[in-house]
Amino acid sequence: MAEGGEAATINWSLWARQMLVILRLELRKNFLGRRALLLYMLAGLPLTVLTAVAIFLPGDTRTANFTELGLAYSVLYGALILRTLLFFGCAWVFMNLFRGEIVDRSLHYYFLAPVRREVLVVGKYLSGLVATVTLFGISTLGSFALLYFGLFPKQSMEYVFNGPGFGQALTYAGIAVLACLGYGAVFLIVGLFFRNPIIPAGLFYGWEWINFLLPPLLKKVSVIHYLHSLVPVPPPPGPFAVLAEPTPAWISVPSLLIFTALTLVLAGLHIRRQEISYAGE
Amino acid sequence: MTTAAATAERMIVFEGVSKFYGEILGVNRVNLSIAPGITSLVGPNGSGKTTLMNLVTGLLKPTRGKISVLGISPHDPERLFRQVGYCSQFDSFPRGVTGREFIEFYLSVHGYARGQVRELTQAALERVAMLDAADRKVAGYSKGMRQRIRLAQALAHNPAVLILDEPLNGLDPMARAEIIRLFQSLAAEGLYLVISSHILHEVDMMSDSVVLIHNGYVVAEGDVHGVRDEIEEHPMQILVRCDRPQVLAARLFEHEHTIEARIHDDRRGLFVKTRRPDDFYLLLNRLVTENHLQVESVAPADDDLNAVYQYLISSDGGRVS
Repeated sequence: MAEGGEAATINWSLWARQMLVILRLELRKNFLGRRALLLYMLAGLPLTVLTAVAIFLPGDTRTANFTELGLAYSVLYGALILRTLLFFGCAWVFMNLFRGEIVDRSLHYYFLAPVRREVLVVGKYLSGLVATVTLFGISTLGSFALLYFGLFPKQSMEYVFNGPGFGQALTYAGIAVLACLGYGAVFLIVGLFFRNPIIPAGLFYGWEWINFLLPPLLKKVSVIHYLHSLVPVPPPPGPFAVLAEPTPAWISVPSLLIFTALTLVLAGLHIRRQEISYAGE
Repeated sequence: MTTAAATAERMIVFEGVSKFYGEILGVNRVNLSIAPGITSLVGPNGSGKTTLMNLVTGLLKPTRGKISVLGISPHDPERLFRQVGYCSQFDSFPRGVTGREFIEFYLSVHGYARGQVRELTQAALERVAMLDAADRKVAGYSKGMRQRIRLAQALAHNPAVLILDEPLNGLDPMARAEIIRLFQSLAAEGLYLVISSHILHEVDMMSDSVVLIHNGYVVAEGDVHGVRDEIEEHPMQILVRCDRPQVLAARLFEHEHTIEARIHDDRRGLFVKTRRPDDFYLLLNRLVTENHLQVESVAPADDDLNAVYQYLISSDGGRVS
């Protein structure tokens, strides 16, 4: 028999089991559902581009300058992967965790199960996190490997395994994980609070993009600032950038984690009061 | 424990419950105590039946008043949904699931072990006669099959209270009869069944008590026979969608309780007015078999129900018992 428990009982083992079940069910949707196609396309884009570069870039135009290569990857990572693909990937996955089910009119099945709604929030969030971290982690490490090993297979062995390359790759992957955590939390909230989440997501995208133009204090009111502070090879700032000291890792990482935790608490409080009518959705 | 509290633990109780959607009234000042057995909420579309059901299951929050289900608040889902199963009217499903997966998904969220999930699913599928189609995708189901699989999902965890929003919609006459029998057997086991319907005849057949709702207000409640007496004199209009409505019309007129039969404009349906819906449904089953008619659906035409309500409201508007 499933555990019933009294109203005030804290039943961690049941909650953990329910969370795992929700995680499993949602992972199936995130990886195998129709909506997963866009996620695969976004995560696969840098791999496709860099595979094409490795195949079609003539050998005589290649120079094994690892400083330039490091900068090139930093720009590619910051502009394409982090700011665009991962951003939209997270938007797609996390906004749809609840909004997608409201549009499909199937959220009520969860609400009619003997599960705390906060457990549902955490289970769904974790499923989004596992999906995005897996795909964008692969995308980050894969594109790093393709850029180095695709262009200079022999020299890159030395750079990656006996030089700074391996540490850099892991740092980029770690930033991708933190980005999924932070953006995931933001888009979970956006999907819960807004009937049409595209507009707030677009505004947030704009805010993140103009971060380099903002004064130092405002830069800190963003996710991208903390992520950029962690990159192992800082990209060139550009002509209009307002320069600011990067936030040290010991502040950036806990800040993102605390922000994520607070956002999840807010989501939990909101979903407790959520009604379902689907009218006008 | 006081007597009132003890009673509340054995009943579904609405105390002065109102729900407003902004300025729009959902239900107003509803006071009800629902005992075990089959209780039907009856009213025309938009009268507040679904609102009451969504309130009792916590999908909506009351603007005013208090609800308890066997002493449990609707806002305590962890306890409530071990006791309650709700088959809502939302005819939608998670994408890509089979009937069996659909039931298993949500049973597993309860925290049951895998083997138990399988057993409960199997038993629920058996109860609604959906074993044969259980491993097909829900997207390919007919409306009646979707209705039955949702019913199976609602009762799979053996709840003490079943809330069923228009559970007979889309079912053919045979399936209706089977499902009504299932409801009756569940009620005989001591379950609370709260069923909404706008089909008075069905309510009449299966209910122990009835709550009539109109424009968000409870206009009559009580023993089903008392309510029936009120409405007996009013003919009911039924739309039968079938392949040869002319044949059906001719055969129906051989029986005196058919007041009127009118062929639908698209010539694939027949509007029948009758004073004795019980007899009409029995007769219909017989005529369908004898004449090899292909019946697509049988549903009441709503206007008549509205007429009944108008009658009830204008007569005394009070309680039947």
